[in-house]
Amino acid sequence: MSVKLGMLALLAEEPMYGAQLRSEFEGRTGGTWPLNVGQVYTTLARLERDGMVVQDAEPDEEGRIRYQLTDLGRTEVMAWWETPVRREETPRDELVIKLALAVTTPGVDVRAVVQTQRTATIRHLRDLTRVKTQASDRHTSEGEQRDLAWLLVVENLIFAAESEVRWLDHVESSLARAAAMPRRAAVTDGASPRMSTNQSGTNQPRNQSGTTQATTDSSSTDLQGAKK
Amino acid sequence: MTESILRLVDVTRTHGTGETAVHALRGVSLEVRPGELVAVMGPSGSGKSTLLNVAGGLDKVTSGEVLIEGEPLSTMSALQLAALRRRRVGFVFQDFNLIPSLTAGENVALPLELDGLSPRKARHFASDALDLVGLRELIDRFPDKMSGGQQQRVAIARALVGDRRLVMADEPTGALDSHTGEGVLRVLRERCDSGAAGLLVTHEARHAAWADRVVFLRDGVVVDTTGSPDEIHDLLAGAGH
Ligand SMILES: Nc1ncnc2c1ncn2[C@@H]1O[C@H](COP(=O)(O)OP(=O)(O)OP(=O)(O)O)[C@@H](O)[C@H]1O
Ligand SMILES: [Mg+2]
Repeated sequence: MSVKLGMLALLAEEPMYGAQLRSEFEGRTGGTWPLNVGQVYTTLARLERDGMVVQDAEPDEEGRIRYQLTDLGRTEVMAWWETPVRREETPRDELVIKLALAVTTPGVDVRAVVQTQRTATIRHLRDLTRVKTQASDRHTSEGEQRDLAWLLVVENLIFAAESEVRWLDHVESSLARAAAMPRRAAVTDGASPRMSTNQSGTNQPRNQSGTTQATTDSSSTDLQGAKK
Repeated sequence: MTESILRLVDVTRTHGTGETAVHALRGVSLEVRPGELVAVMGPSGSGKSTLLNVAGGLDKVTSGEVLIEGEPLSTMSALQLAALRRRRVGFVFQDFNLIPSLTAGENVALPLELDGLSPRKARHFASDALDLVGLRELIDRFPDKMSGGQQQRVAIARALVGDRRLVMADEPTGALDSHTGEGVLRVLRERCDSGAAGLLVTHEARHAAWADRVVFLRDGVVVDTTGSPDEIHDLLAGAGH
C-alpha cells in the first residue's frame, strides 16, 4: 500500500528514525494522510520482516533507532517509480453505492439525493479553491519544492471534486432521459423498482409541491410526494 | 448589513402566451452584496441567461422587481436604463457580442466614449482593462483576427472597464483553456474583493468554486444554494501552511 511504499521512498534518500519518517511523510503529502505512530512502527516491523529495511546496530545516545533500506528495499522503490498505480482495484466508493441503491429503491427522490451531494461537493470545491489561491499567493516567490508538492495534492483533490460534480450532472441527465422514455408494459404495473423523475429541461407548469402536472407518461408514480 | 448591489424580488419571465408560453423564470429571488461573487449553475434551458438578462436590464421581467443599488429598474426610462448599462453594469455575453468593425481597444472603450469620456481617456482605461485579461498588446487588433479565447477576454475587459460596481458574465470561460479561464476568474474575484458585486453563469464546478455562493436553477426555479462560506477551517493545515 502507499504508506509502505511511501516510507520506503523516504528511506531511499537517507536513513531515518520512526518519528522523522512520520513527519516527513505528512509534510510532503500536505498533511492529507496523517499517520499515527503505531502505524509507522507496525509498517517498519513488517518491512524489516520482509527484508526491506534494517535497524542500525544500536540506538543513538537518545535511545532512538534508525532504519535504513536494504538492496531489496531499494529495488522495491525503483519498481514503484517505474510501474503505474493500478486503477483496476478501485476502492469502493460510498457515493457510487448510495446512488446505485437510490436509483433502484422505490420511494427515494434520486434528484434530491443528487442535488444534496452536488451542493456539498461544490462547497468542498470552493473551500479547496480558497485554500489553493491563498497558498499560491503566499508562496509564488519562494517556489520551494515542498510547497509545489502540497499544491499538487490540493489540485488533485480539486480535480476529484470536479469530476464528481460532472458525474452527478451526468447521473441527473441520464435519469431525465430515462424518465422521458416510454415505459415497457412490465414497468407500468408498479412492480418495477425503477425510479421516475420529473422531466428536466422541459418547462411544464408545476403545481405547488413542485411536481409535474400532467405528464404524458402515465406510469410515473409520484415519488416527489414521498419525500420529507 | 450592507445594501445589496443587485436584488431580484420574486422575478418571473414568461416568453409568449397561452399554450406556447415558456416560463423561463418562475419566482426567483436573489441578492448580491458588495464584495460578493455569486455563481449560477443549472442544466441547459434552466433560465440562467434569462436571469442574467433581466438582472442587467437587458430584458424585462414579467412580474416581480429587479433593483440595482436600491433603484427599481421598472421605474427607469429607456434612457436611464441605457445609462445604467454604460456606467454601472458590466456584461459579458455568452457569445461575446463584439463589434466586428471596431478594434479590441475601441470595443472596450465604447461604453465610456458613449458616456461622454474623451477618446484619449477612454483608450487609456481600455488599455488598463485589456491588461487585466493579459491582452494589452492586442489593443489595435480587430475581432476577426483574434482567437475565440482572445475575443472572449476582450468581452471581459469591456465588462470590467472603468469602475463598474456590478459585473455579470454568462459562461465567460467557455472558449478558454484552463489556465486562461482561471486567470479570468481571478480578475473577476479581485474586482469583487475590492467591493463590486458579481453574478457569474457557468456550468463548470471548478469555476463556480471561485464564487462565495452557488445558486442552482432548474426549470426557472432556484432549487438549492451552497450558502456563504464558513470561516475556512484549517483544512489541509499540514506542511506548515
Ligand atoms: N426569446 C425567447 N423566446 C422564447 N423562449 C425563450 C426565449 N429566450 C429563452 N427562451 C426559453 O427560456 C428558457 C430559458 O432559456 P435560457 O437561455 O435562460 O437558458 P440557459 O439556462 O441560459 O441555457 P444554456 O445553458 O443553454 O445557455 C428556455 O426554455 C428557452 O428556450
Ligand atoms: Mg445561456
